[in-house]
Amino acid sequence: MGVLNFNPVSTLLLIPLLTAPLLALLPGYKISARINVLASLATLLAASSLFFLDRPAPGNYLLVDDLNIVFIVLNTFVAFTTSVFSASYIGHELETGRLPLSYLRFYHAMYQVLLFAMNLAFVANNLGLMWVGVEVATLSTVVMVGIYRTPEALEAAWKYFILGSVGIALALFGTILVYMAAQPVVGEGNNAMLWTVLIAHVAAFDPALLNLAFVFLLLGYGTKMGLAPLHAWLPDAHAEGPTPISAVLSGLLLNVALYALLRYKLLMAANPGALAPGPLMMIMGLVSLVFAAFMLYRRRDIKRLFAYSSIEHMGIITFAFGMGGPLANFAGLLHMVMHSLTKSAIFFSVGHIAQIKGTQKIAEIRGLTQTHPLLGWGLVVGVLAIAGMPPLGIFMSEFLVVSSTIAHAPWLAVPLVVGLLVAFGALLLRLTGLAFGEPSGSTAAVKASYLPLYAHLALVLIGGVYLPPALVSWFQHVAALLG
Amino acid sequence: MERIIFDIAHSLAGGLVLVSFMMLYQDRLPALINIFAVQAVLLALSVAWQAYMQDAPHLYITAGIALVFKAMIIPVALHRIIKQLGIHREIEPVVGIGSTMFIGIGLVALSMVVMLRVTGHAAPVAREDLAFALSVILLGMLMMVTRRNAVGQVIGFMSLENGLVLAATGAKGMPLVVEISIAFSVLIAFIVIGIFLFRIRERFDTVDLSALDSHRGGQ
Repeated sequence: MGVLNFNPVSTLLLIPLLTAPLLALLPGYKISARINVLASLATLLAASSLFFLDRPAPGNYLLVDDLNIVFIVLNTFVAFTTSVFSASYIGHELETGRLPLSYLRFYHAMYQVLLFAMNLAFVANNLGLMWVGVEVATLSTVVMVGIYRTPEALEAAWKYFILGSVGIALALFGTILVYMAAQPVVGEGNNAMLWTVLIAHVAAFDPALLNLAFVFLLLGYGTKMGLAPLHAWLPDAHAEGPTPISAVLSGLLLNVALYALLRYKLLMAANPGALAPGPLMMIMGLVSLVFAAFMLYRRRDIKRLFAYSSIEHMGIITFAFGMGGPLANFAGLLHMVMHSLTKSAIFFSVGHIAQIKGTQKIAEIRGLTQTHPLLGWGLVVGVLAIAGMPPLGIFMSEFLVVSSTIAHAPWLAVPLVVGLLVAFGALLLRLTGLAFGEPSGSTAAVKASYLPLYAHLALVLIGGVYLPPALVSWFQHVAALLG
Repeated sequence: MERIIFDIAHSLAGGLVLVSFMMLYQDRLPALINIFAVQAVLLALSVAWQAYMQDAPHLYITAGIALVFKAMIIPVALHRIIKQLGIHREIEPVVGIGSTMFIGIGLVALSMVVMLRVTGHAAPVAREDLAFALSVILLGMLMMVTRRNAVGQVIGFMSLENGLVLAATGAKGMPLVVEISIAFSVLIAFIVIGIFLFRIRERFDTVDLSALDSHRGGQ
């Protein structure tokens, strides 16, 4: 029976890991794009099976619990839809010759490596292994950001690389400090790195060492999340890489770093002597939100615009989790899901738009709803959603964040609401220019994949109107876990 | 006997900090690369000493990686790259040597104060090693900030990473140290190959980041 035993966790890791070398070897574009989609779909199915099958007991390396299932399923779902979008996007890049065929094998292989690394970071029980997952995910996106080999793309990749490396270096130092704190209590060796062991014994750890560790972890993983003032790599990396990568960067990779931070926040909260991690996260979140909201006004590049919007939303999510409590954690989880879905949907439509118009400059794109109604209206709905317009999902989660802020810390609600309104204004201002008015640029028809775009938007709409009770109780349960 | 074992560990770790300072004020790339190689040798010795002290043979692998990869292969490769790029004779003006050194001293003082105060309960070797390691990390970051040249920044990053390896090996019995040092070596190889490839295969006239700034996309 041993062979027939289906282990969803190892399947989740093995599918992308085995597909990557296969894609690196296959020459044809069509076949490798299809395999990429199929492998992503298979990974999604394996992830969904975690809901139904018995979970494996936490081991020396891997762990599945109620918290990371949410992240894994969201991650594999968006990775799957993005692979569908990527197939049509990359097809167009090949036709126009922006991307030579030889780079394409590399691109698809790296896509699966990224998927593997993100899943590894999510299911890792060993904190060192989690760090390795984040590092590999960073590296694979660095090479994809620079794949066009233009000076701009190389500069973006270089900047991302240097800042990302410093970030992961700081995170590693924090991880070492956590080990140092754990070692006198739980003994040397692997045990002192296992999250399940740490959370059981954390109350006896030296609080001063944990505090120091958390500062490094917050700075390190905060860099990877794009929190201000550590965000400098994020807009460049989003603007210069292929758009499917912008979608996974915003929708998924930022969540990986957030997840790592949440794990450490739980550790901190379980130690009575350690400083409360919440206020630090709230400050960083609020600064990112307000800063990014004002920066939105000065953007001239469409992908850069939405990159700053990602900084804004990661700020909101960090703020919500920093505040803690059942309601704010619920809002943070919901906001994270809605943001991932909406932002990747926006990048799906922006990717095709930039391809048709041959430019990413906002000023040169006008009247999209007339020339390309499906893409244009998709963008309109996406931007309205991301700006927080009811009845879409993000309005709901932002409303929950604001109302729990008013309940917990009323004076913080002022900068929060100001930030949200400023961002709202900036996005609508840019949207009217993009979507309406006299059409400009090429009006050629496009072979776009509308399915991922509208599937995401539909989910965001449903999330805003009606949340299934099963989902609500699940999220409430996870929110309670997060403290 | 116990005493001298600690003293050797401390002098090796302290040597790493000293070499980090020497890197701060180098204005010629070849000299900078040579000093980095010296730091890598010191790191290898320090890690090997830890392996002996902790009786942890797997750490000899990490020491070997530091010696072969970081003290030999990388410096040789970098020397060849800067020769090919034609920047091996240039003098890179290091702005504000005095202020950089003062900031460096401040960072070392900061890491001593913070680490020694915080790690009161840890074993004395680990504690002081960690303080030295944090100094090396911060000095490496300082170097990355003050250098305009990509090769200089990479060397700054590698010296930062030396500090991380020092910290990881100082933490007694930490798992995955060897794996992590291998992962870092891969990362560094990526960077060095990247610098090399972009210059040779693409239309990159310089790896000076101040020139790259002009290529920055629209805001």
